[in-house]
Amino acid sequence: MTREQSGLRRAVDTAFPVFVVAVAAVVLWYAISAIIGTALLPRPDQVAATLGTSVFGWPVTSPRNLLYHAGVTAEAALVGLAFAIVLGVAIAVGIVHFRVLDRSLMPWVIASQTIPILAIAPMVVVVLGNLGLSGLPPKAAISGYLAFFPIVVGMVTGLRAPDSIQFDLMRTYSASGQQVFAKLRLPASVAFLFPALRVSVALSVMGAIVAELPTGAQAGLGARLLAGSYYGQTLMIWATLVMAALLSASLLGVTALAEAGLRAWRGGRL
Amino acid sequence: MSEAELAARSPPPQSAPAAPVVVARDLSIDFGSMVALSDVSLSFTHGDFVSLIGPSGCGKTTLLRAVADLVPPSRGSLMVNGMTPGDARRARSYGYVFQAPALYPWRSVERNVMLPLEIMGLPKAEQRRRAAHYLGLVGLGDFARKFPWQLSGGMQQRASIARALSFEPALLLMDEPFGALDEITRDGLNLHLHELWRRSGLTCVFVTHSIPEAVFLSTRIVVMSPRPGRVIEIIESDLPAERDLDMRESAEFLRVAHRVREALRAGHSYD
Repeated sequence: MTREQSGLRRAVDTAFPVFVVAVAAVVLWYAISAIIGTALLPRPDQVAATLGTSVFGWPVTSPRNLLYHAGVTAEAALVGLAFAIVLGVAIAVGIVHFRVLDRSLMPWVIASQTIPILAIAPMVVVVLGNLGLSGLPPKAAISGYLAFFPIVVGMVTGLRAPDSIQFDLMRTYSASGQQVFAKLRLPASVAFLFPALRVSVALSVMGAIVAELPTGAQAGLGARLLAGSYYGQTLMIWATLVMAALLSASLLGVTALAEAGLRAWRGGRL
Repeated sequence: MSEAELAARSPPPQSAPAAPVVVARDLSIDFGSMVALSDVSLSFTHGDFVSLIGPSGCGKTTLLRAVADLVPPSRGSLMVNGMTPGDARRARSYGYVFQAPALYPWRSVERNVMLPLEIMGLPKAEQRRRAAHYLGLVGLGDFARKFPWQLSGGMQQRASIARALSFEPALLLMDEPFGALDEITRDGLNLHLHELWRRSGLTCVFVTHSIPEAVFLSTRIVVMSPRPGRVIEIIESDLPAERDLDMRESAEFLRVAHRVREALRAGHSYD
């Protein structure tokens, strides 16, 4: 068997189960909308048609185009994610290097995730609004708040992952603390960073959408969902939900590409 | 390595008194209430190949780690190259080969060998030249671009020896480097190591629990016994400097091996 054939075969083997589940979901969707009525649950083809009209019937800069709203949400999610990575890595580095921070900070990091985001989001919006920050900053803050947690947990595990003889080796070279960090801890943590990053990417999109609900935002997928439910437009809600899923999926795709690139650079393993 | 380079790193001429590399006086090391090493006194000179042999728990690895400043002495004194072990470590006086290869899996074999050179701040071109040179020396010249997991266990351990040699320390500390390998691979690596030592003038301290391995490689064999870890006897080997694997069946080889075995047995009779 040639390499291409086996690659194709692998792709088919991976895609087939996913395809089967997708078909089953669509069939189930049709069945439920037939039972409860399309006013409550529109059929998949109606949702697809709405989505198609919105995306292809209007210019990308128009508020009637869902891509425009997806872009607004994506901007908040990406800024939030960048914030989450910087904050998450910084906290993890602190926790790994200072016993005091390990004891004092980690419980608060965990506690932070037990607060319901729906409760805290409006307060963040109001507080930041009073400081003159509206629009993107509160959305990015809420998105980053959700997304930093997996990064902290993943990086703490990863920075502690090298075994003792790998640290002993560095000691025999009398390597400095920064060298141990840059040449041992950080490269070892990458294998733990990517699984954390996948969770964080999904959370950052969710955080951005949740943040758009109470802000009275004019644009963004969250604003669109709110408008849909306000005017009883179930088709609009469902088309927006599908767009949100597509946005998450494409951000996850970019993450997977970055991971694959690094994996290839490391000879096939992370 | 060219002959000229080898000559440059060879021990001083026979007429000069050999300098002590490791000197221990009444060295003891405790781990809590457990005495790992008790009143050890010994001296290794430049160009020696010393094996530390004994059963598990005799403190042979602890002694090696103390020389490397990975474990602090509790009592007595220990000098490495006339310095404290800490100063010797900071002066990068020794290369250390661990029981496991401890290669970093995200680095190619070449970049693993370059790791100490990066830390010591050598120019990039020199790092590459040294990596190619020492990988060639351990027979891994064609595997520079491979990753550790693509190599067999024996090859990984050879790569770790190349890494320990790459910054050209005069002292090589090895902690059961071939313990996890099969016997055929081990024989090959022993021969390789012997030739490397003979040609380079390195001082080697080698931890093992294999009698044939210790006798084959060493100029002196330190026999140790457990509970508490101590030195039973130091056996000077009178085997010729040039050795091959066949000589392990010679009468003189077996005689030295017998002395080691007797000393090990004497250590056990205290139990």
